[in-house]
Amino acid sequence: MERVSLKIAAAVLFAFCLTGCKQSANTSATSESSAQNLNGAGATFPYPIYSRWFSEYAQAHPGIHINYQSIGSGGGIRQVSEQTVDFGASDGPMTDQQLAASKVSLMHIPSVLGAVVPVYNIPGVTGNLNFAPDVIADIYLGKITKWNDPRLAKDNPGVKFPNSAILPVYRSDGSGTTYIFTDFLSKVSPDWAKKVGKSTSVKWPVGIGQKGNEGVAGMVRQSPSSFGYVELIYALQNKMTYGAVRNASGKFVLASTDGVTAAAAAAAANMPADYRVSITNAPGDTSYPISSFTWFLIPTHSSDAAKTATLKDFLTWMLDHGESEASSMGYAPLPTQVQSMVRQSIANLR
Amino acid sequence: MDLQSKAMRLNTARRAATNHFISGLAILATVIVLAPLAAILFYLVYKGASSLNLAFFTHVPAPVGEPGGGMANSILGSGVILLLASLMGIPVGIAAGVYLAEFGRGKMLANAVRFTADVLNGVPSIVMGIAIYSLVVMPQKHFSALAGGIVLAIMMVPTVTRTTEEMLSTVPHAIREAALGLGVPKWRTVLSVSLRTASPGIITGCMLAFARVAGETAPLLFTAFGNQFWSFNLNQPIAALPLQIYVYAISPFDEWHRLAWAGSLVLIVMIMVSVTLVRIYASRGVLKGGS
Amino acid sequence: MPPSRMTTERESGSSLPAEPSLTPAVFAAADPATGDATPSPIRDYLSRRGSGRFADASFAALMLLCACSIFAIVAFIFWILTVRSHLSLVQFGWKFFSRSAWDPVSGDFGALPFIYGTLATSLLALLMAVPLALGVAVFVTELCPKPLRTPISFLTELLAAIPSVVYGLWGVFVLVPLMRDVVGPFLTKTLGWSGLFSGPNFGVGLLTAGIILAIMILPIISSLTRDIMLAVPNSQREGVLALGATRWEMIRVGVLRNSRIGIVGAIMLGLGRALGETMAVTMVIGNHPNISKSLFAPANTLASVIAGEFTEATGDLYLSALIEIGLALFLVTIVVNAIARLMVWAVTRGAPVGAA
Repeated sequence: MERVSLKIAAAVLFAFCLTGCKQSANTSATSESSAQNLNGAGATFPYPIYSRWFSEYAQAHPGIHINYQSIGSGGGIRQVSEQTVDFGASDGPMTDQQLAASKVSLMHIPSVLGAVVPVYNIPGVTGNLNFAPDVIADIYLGKITKWNDPRLAKDNPGVKFPNSAILPVYRSDGSGTTYIFTDFLSKVSPDWAKKVGKSTSVKWPVGIGQKGNEGVAGMVRQSPSSFGYVELIYALQNKMTYGAVRNASGKFVLASTDGVTAAAAAAAANMPADYRVSITNAPGDTSYPISSFTWFLIPTHSSDAAKTATLKDFLTWMLDHGESEASSMGYAPLPTQVQSMVRQSIANLR
Repeated sequence: MDLQSKAMRLNTARRAATNHFISGLAILATVIVLAPLAAILFYLVYKGASSLNLAFFTHVPAPVGEPGGGMANSILGSGVILLLASLMGIPVGIAAGVYLAEFGRGKMLANAVRFTADVLNGVPSIVMGIAIYSLVVMPQKHFSALAGGIVLAIMMVPTVTRTTEEMLSTVPHAIREAALGLGVPKWRTVLSVSLRTASPGIITGCMLAFARVAGETAPLLFTAFGNQFWSFNLNQPIAALPLQIYVYAISPFDEWHRLAWAGSLVLIVMIMVSVTLVRIYASRGVLKGGS
Repeated sequence: MPPSRMTTERESGSSLPAEPSLTPAVFAAADPATGDATPSPIRDYLSRRGSGRFADASFAALMLLCACSIFAIVAFIFWILTVRSHLSLVQFGWKFFSRSAWDPVSGDFGALPFIYGTLATSLLALLMAVPLALGVAVFVTELCPKPLRTPISFLTELLAAIPSVVYGLWGVFVLVPLMRDVVGPFLTKTLGWSGLFSGPNFGVGLLTAGIILAIMILPIISSLTRDIMLAVPNSQREGVLALGATRWEMIRVGVLRNSRIGIVGAIMLGLGRALGETMAVTMVIGNHPNISKSLFAPANTLASVIAGEFTEATGDLYLSALIEIGLALFLVTIVVNAIARLMVWAVTRGAPVGAA
C-alpha cells in the first residue's frame, strides 16, 4: 500500500511540475536566450509601486523576471553590498562608510519620492489629527505616554482623546523608512538627535517593533491605541487614518503628492551628482515635512553584460512609463531636472 | 480500637478523594491540551477553506493592492526544495542508519554517532540557516533553491538515521544469518534482505522527516529567499509555502491575510496526511519477531 | 535439494557462471579430506567468485562515511559560526553576554536582553506545559479507556506536526487579541498585585510568546513521558497495587518515581525546543530588546533577533554580533539536548530502575 501512496505522491508532484511548466511556458518567451532572472531586494517603502512596475515590465518584456523581495532598506544595502542580489533599493542613502565597505561599487539612482505618515488607531477618533514634530519625537522618546496629553489636545481642539496609553510601533528591521523618520526627528528634536540619532536601525526607547512597512501597518491596524509611521500608500491602501504634520513654515500639512513635490523643489535645483540628499523638514508653505527620495542601488560595473543591459532598459522604462503611475499610487514622480540627470547616469552604467 | 478504625477509614477516604481529584486533573489537562489543537484546526479550516479556489493553485501572487492571485509558485517551490532535500538527505540518512544497525553494533563510534544525531535533531533551524547562508549563499553570491535544499537536507538526516536504525534493528537476525549462511556477501545482505524487510518502516521515517521539514520557515529566510515568479532554476531564489505565509501574515493587506490562511490550510493538510500515514504504518507494525 | 534454491544470487539476475547440475557425482568428487585432485564445481565456483571482501569493505566504508557526516555537520556548523563571529568575539569578549545594549547606530552590542527574553519565555512555557503534559501522559497511559488511547495520543502528536509559522499566524490573529481584550485585563485585576502584570497590555509580549511556546513543546514532553512511563515494567505497578494503593498512589510510587530521571530528560528536551523556537515567537513577542519584570512587556529572544535582523545587518560588526548570538544558541541547545538525551536513555535504554 505504501508503494501506491508513493506513486500517488510522485504523480501529484509531477502534475504540479507539469502545471508549472505549462504556466511558465505561457508567460515566458519561447527562446531561451531572452529569458532573464534578476533579483533585487530592499526597501518596503516603495514596494507597492515597485511590485506594480516589475509586474508590468514582465508583461511587456516576456521572459524577463525581476524578482524583488521587500526585506527593508538595510537588507537591500547589505545584500547588494555582498553581491547576493543584482540590485538593491533603499530610502536611506548609504553612508560613505557603507559605500566603502561594499564589495562592489554602487550608484544611487532615485526612482520616486514618497511620504512617511504618522498612522494611529484610536477608538472613537476618525479624523486627521495634527501632530507637531516635537510631539511625535516625545511619543517615541516615551515622554508623552497617553493620548489625552495636553500637548496633543492643543493642536487638536475639539477632539475627544481617550485616557489610554499610547503604543508606539516602530520598524524592527533595517529600514529606510526609519531613516527618513529619524532624520526628520533629529532635525526637529535636539533631544532625539542626542539620544537616538538617525539611521536605518536605531535603539528605540519605547515601543514595539514590527517587520517592514507591512508589519507596522498591520500592527497599528489591529491594535487599538497604537501609533506608527508608514509610507503613505500603506495608509491609503489599508484605509488607515493618518495625521498631518507641522512643517518648517509652521503649517500643518497632510501628506500628498503635491506636498512631496513641493518639498523636493529646492533640492531638485541643487541635486548632487550622487543623488544623496535629504528633503525632510524642507522649507515652503505647502511642503510635507517627512518626504524623501527613494533610490535603487545599482552596481556601476558588472561582469554580466546581459543583466546590466536589462537593468538599464528597466530604468529607462521607469522614466518613460513608470513615473507617470507614481501619483496614482501616492508617490510623487521625480522632478524633470532630476529625470534628465538620471538618464545621463543610466548611460554611464556598464 | 474504635479510634484506630476511624483513623483508618478517614485515611482511606482521604486517599480515595485524592485519587479522584488527580484523575479529574488529568482529564482536565487532556481537555486543555486538545482545546488549542481543535481551536487552531477549526479556525484554519474556517478562514482558509473559503479562500481556496482554483486560482489559488494556479496563479502567482498579484502585485500589492490588486485582488486575486494565488500561491501556486510557493507550492511548487516548496515541492522543489523538499525534493532536493529528500534527494540529498534521505540517502545519507539511510546510509548512516545502516551503519549504526549493521556495521557498528556495540562500537563506541556508533554510540557517538547515535548520540550526535539525537543532539543535532535539537539544534534550532535558524542556526542551520545562518550556517548554510555563510557556507553556500555568501560565496555563491546569490540565494538559491539549492541552498534551501541543502539546509533542509541537513535537518532531515538525523531523523532518517535514527528511524532507519530502529527499523533495521527490528529485522530478525535469523533472516540475516540465513542470507549470510547462503553465501550472500554482507553488503548484498544489507541491501536485499535487511533494507527490504525494514522498508515500510524506513519509508515511514522518511515521511516523518519530510513532514518535519515541510513546515520550516526560518532557515529558508536566508537561503531560498522567496520569489514572486515561477522559478525552475536551482541557482535562483525560489518561493516556498511557509516563507510566503510568514510574509503575508505580518502584512496589513487583507488580501494577503486571506492567502496566508489558505496557504496554511494547504500546508497543514500536507503535513497531517504524512503524519497520519506514518501512524497507520507504524501501528500496522513492522516485522513482528524477536531481534 | 532442488537446484533453483541453491543461491539467492541467481534471482537478482547477476551474471554468474552456469550453475552445475547437482548430481551425487558432483558431491562425491568434492572431498577435501582426501585432497582429491579434481575440484568440485561448487568449490570452484565459490573460490572464483571471491570472498567479496573488497565489495564488503567499500560498502562498509561508504556507510561509515555517511555516518561520520553527522559529525561533520555538527563540526562544520560550529566552525563556520565561530569564524564569522570572530569580529564580535574579539570586540566584546565574554562581556557580550552580560551587557544590555543593542545599538546598531553606535556599534554597541550586548546580548543580555535577548538572553533574558529567551529564558523568560522558555521558563513560562515550561511552567505551563509541564503540568499539562504530565497530566496528559498520566491520563493516556493509566486512566484512559483503551479505545480512546490511540486517538488521543495521535491528536497530541498532531500538535507537534503543526508548523511554527502556522502557530505564529494563529497567534497574531487569535491569541493576541484574546490576550489584549480578555486575558490581560483579567490577569491585571486578579494578579496585578504581584507586579508581574504591570504596564500597558497590547497583546504582544512575553506572556503571549510563553503561551504559544507552551502549546508547541507540550507534545514533545507528553509523548516522551508516555514512552518513559510505558517502559516501567508492570511488575512495579502490580507490586504497589498489591500493597493496597489507590490508582494515583500506584502511579506516583510505582511509575513516576521510577521514571523521574526520564521525565526530567523529557522536560529538558522540551526546554531545548523552546530555546530555539523562532517563527511563532518572533510574530508575537514585540521585538523590543529590553528587560522588564512585567509579563505584558514586549521583549526579544535570541532566535527571533536573528530572524528579524540577519538579512539586513548593515555593517560587519552587526552581522558578526548576530552570528555570535547564533553560536551561543547553538552551544546552549547542544548542551541542553545532550543532557536531556542522556537522561532519557538512562531510563528507556538500559534496564528500568528497580526492575524485578
